[in-house]
Amino acid sequence: MSRSARTPRLGLPGWVFLPAVLGALFVVLPLLAMLTRVDWAQFPALVTSESSRAALLLSLRTSAASTVLCVLFGAPMAVVLARTRFRGQSVLRSLVLLPLVLPPVVGGIALLYTFGRRGLLGHTLDVLGLQVAFSTTAVVMAQTFVALPFLVVSLEGALRTGGQRYEEVAATLGARPTTVFLRVTLPLVLPGLASGAVLAFARALGEFGATITFAGSLQGVTRTLPLEIYLQRETDPQAAVALSLVLVVVATTVITVTRRSRVAP
Amino acid sequence: MTRRPHPSRPALVATAVTLALGTVGCGGGSGDSTSKGSPTGSSSREASSTGGGPSGEITVFAAASLKKTFTRIGADFEKAHPGAKVTFSFAGSSDLVAQIQQGAPADVLATADTRNMGRVTAESLTTAPPVVFASNTLEIAVPAGNPAHVSSLADLVQPGVKVVLCAPAVPCGSAATKVEQAAGVDIKPVSEEQSVTDVLGKVSAGEADAGLVYVTDVEGAGDAVQGITFPQSSAAVNSYPIAALKASRNAALADAFVQAVTGAPGQQVLAAAGFAKAP
Amino acid sequence: MTLDAVLRVERRDLDVRLRVEPGRTLALLGANGAGKSTVLACIAGLLQPDAGKVHLGDRVLFSAHGSGTWVPPHARGVALLAQEARLFPHLSVEDNVAFGPRSAGVPRRTARERAAHWLAEVEASELAPRRPAALSGGQAQRVAIARALATEPEVLLLDEPLSALDVEAAPAIRQLLRRVLRDRTTVVVTHDVLDAVLLADDVAVLQSGRVVEQGPTARVLSRPTSAFAARIAGLNLVRGTAAASGTSTAVSALGGLRVEGLADDAIPDGDAAVAVFSPTAVGVYREAPHGSPRTTVRARVTDLEPHGHQVRVHTAHVAADVTPAALAELGIGVGDEVVLTVKASEVAVYPG
Repeated sequence: MSRSARTPRLGLPGWVFLPAVLGALFVVLPLLAMLTRVDWAQFPALVTSESSRAALLLSLRTSAASTVLCVLFGAPMAVVLARTRFRGQSVLRSLVLLPLVLPPVVGGIALLYTFGRRGLLGHTLDVLGLQVAFSTTAVVMAQTFVALPFLVVSLEGALRTGGQRYEEVAATLGARPTTVFLRVTLPLVLPGLASGAVLAFARALGEFGATITFAGSLQGVTRTLPLEIYLQRETDPQAAVALSLVLVVVATTVITVTRRSRVAP
Repeated sequence: MTRRPHPSRPALVATAVTLALGTVGCGGGSGDSTSKGSPTGSSSREASSTGGGPSGEITVFAAASLKKTFTRIGADFEKAHPGAKVTFSFAGSSDLVAQIQQGAPADVLATADTRNMGRVTAESLTTAPPVVFASNTLEIAVPAGNPAHVSSLADLVQPGVKVVLCAPAVPCGSAATKVEQAAGVDIKPVSEEQSVTDVLGKVSAGEADAGLVYVTDVEGAGDAVQGITFPQSSAAVNSYPIAALKASRNAALADAFVQAVTGAPGQQVLAAAGFAKAP
Repeated sequence: MTLDAVLRVERRDLDVRLRVEPGRTLALLGANGAGKSTVLACIAGLLQPDAGKVHLGDRVLFSAHGSGTWVPPHARGVALLAQEARLFPHLSVEDNVAFGPRSAGVPRRTARERAAHWLAEVEASELAPRRPAALSGGQAQRVAIARALATEPEVLLLDEPLSALDVEAAPAIRQLLRRVLRDRTTVVVTHDVLDAVLLADDVAVLQSGRVVEQGPTARVLSRPTSAFAARIAGLNLVRGTAAASGTSTAVSALGGLRVEGLADDAIPDGDAAVAVFSPTAVGVYREAPHGSPRTTVRARVTDLEPHGHQVRVHTAHVAADVTPAALAELGIGVGDEVVLTVKASEVAVYPG
């Protein structure tokens, strides 16, 4: 009996497995613990109740919308950060990445101070007849605010590693900057864009603090799944656990599907 | 027989799982003492008590709406009992109850409604039946200047008036529902907040035109908020119960604190903040 | 359209002036790091020189004078072919070649036809539906050439087009380029003199950021005036002052090196002159031979290098080719003293 030839693992000492496994357990065990608490008999009823369905649909709609906004605004931001050099660029980059480290509630407060009735742009928006607070738009804004850095960071990294060889060639072949951007830069960086979008979607889906502070909480309008879960904890912890499981399943599905479709050539 | 260059993976995984479970087993029910409220000003340096009654340390879990009053009572208590130290944890009543059920180390519990206290007594976690020490009724809160010119509960259903309420699952929300029923109005809020603090926050920031909060909240908010009473508020009176917990490690001090709250000094502080007497 | 470029780039210590007549191919020869790729980048518009100008016919592509002119690369009509083919990995071969015309606004069908035409020109039609990842180095280079030509550029720039190809693929591409570059204004950068000989009408030699020689290929390589060009051409070059010596002219260099050769026209005594001769014309001895060769040079062997079927004996200033058998007979090694001789009839002397 012979073993088929294979490359030995290099740079992987045996002891590395211990912290790796512990780390994995640290993340997986809480999820398993949740699974053991779910009341499976009640599960279908809990997750198909009116408030649950409203929350799930709202979450999916708003997260999808935020992801689109993140791509539309984040891609250009990433390109500018990756392809230009100007004074103060590192400061600008730090500011753009701020929502990553800011507690979401603080982000919500900041949004309130900007777009709220008495906020910086509040009066202008009022005059234009746009009421942002307490609306689904506010939810999308809050989610976009926290998810944007994920996309920008992913994409900027991919652009920098990619280099500019193909853009140079395209220019000498007569392609105008817009053509180069749309037909060369973006298609080549699509994997980075896709993984950035998935990260942004997952972040938007799980967003809580900024949403509740800026948009409020009303069924069907602003009460996304995380908010619904938090509310259910008051009265029906079983429902909260059941909905949490739904959130985990949705997020995992999106991430898996996107990874799968990218890996396959 | 091929020689394995690295330790067998299944063995490693087994080790890891055993270690992890072992840690969980040893930990037991000891959680960290979460002190969300600001600790009381004067902390006695004396650990031993000579005179002045019971001493030591206790942790008091109290509803968020009791923050100002209980902090004051705690400071007075520490002055009256040298050697005693009171640490507070202020949060939503149901959060506190959930923590206690999971084994959080609390000596005294004071909730904003009897339903949440009921969850604790149902599991026989208190040393004695809870005592109601105060009550609270709702009041309409409007931003300073009353931009929407609200004067009664009926005004809250006017189109264009942005009203913020507590979610019905929360004590102040169920009180709001009762009050609506009594008044025969159906308020359509633009947001149902998790706690009365959030409602107050939105009103004082001017984001909402009106909200239903407790009388004590309006008192505590100062100039940022104006209060408007309404007759139907008597339909929903929130009773605040307090009880010492069995898990307390300093029963004498816990009882002394309960006494301080239900006794004259505590009642004075509560009344000054706008709380009504126990019904 | 004549290409006229004056380029000054401080960062690379580059200061060159180039001129390419319409339809002619100029080879830019030089060692690595001399600045050849920088020159191409400046002409293509991928790098902005600190000073100078680039004119194509009567169009100004770049000028540092006055308010300055700068035509971006996509509007220059200059196509650049790099060492690696750089085919767009996300497009098929056909779409790659059609990229240029499509970017110029040509409708899809016409662009496809043009792509087919140029792929046929480079004899790569069968590669049309493939992806770049499925091509060999030689195939990719063919497609890259077709892609550059499909834009119908006024000037074609080639940056070491054969250096990334293996020995088998290079000759075919060289032949293709010979065919395709005829009647096309081109600048080819290379460090291989064979490319210059086979592809270029003119040669410019770049050394340390300066053009040390420029002229028709045949002349520069057979009668180089700079040591560098001579080395590239594989010739010996001695620079010094002329002095008549009977029927021949002697060139005396500093350090006592003296070579006698034949000059086409008389060179006044004392004028600067160069003597050029092939290593194959140099004889190597241990002791000065009898008879009287006009030129004898004593030197120490610095290197022995296999060169084709022979061995090139390097000394400080002069190289000589000997057969391995002769080398063995001489029994010399690195560090040994030898005497080098060369007949005057084998040495060309001209002003330099």
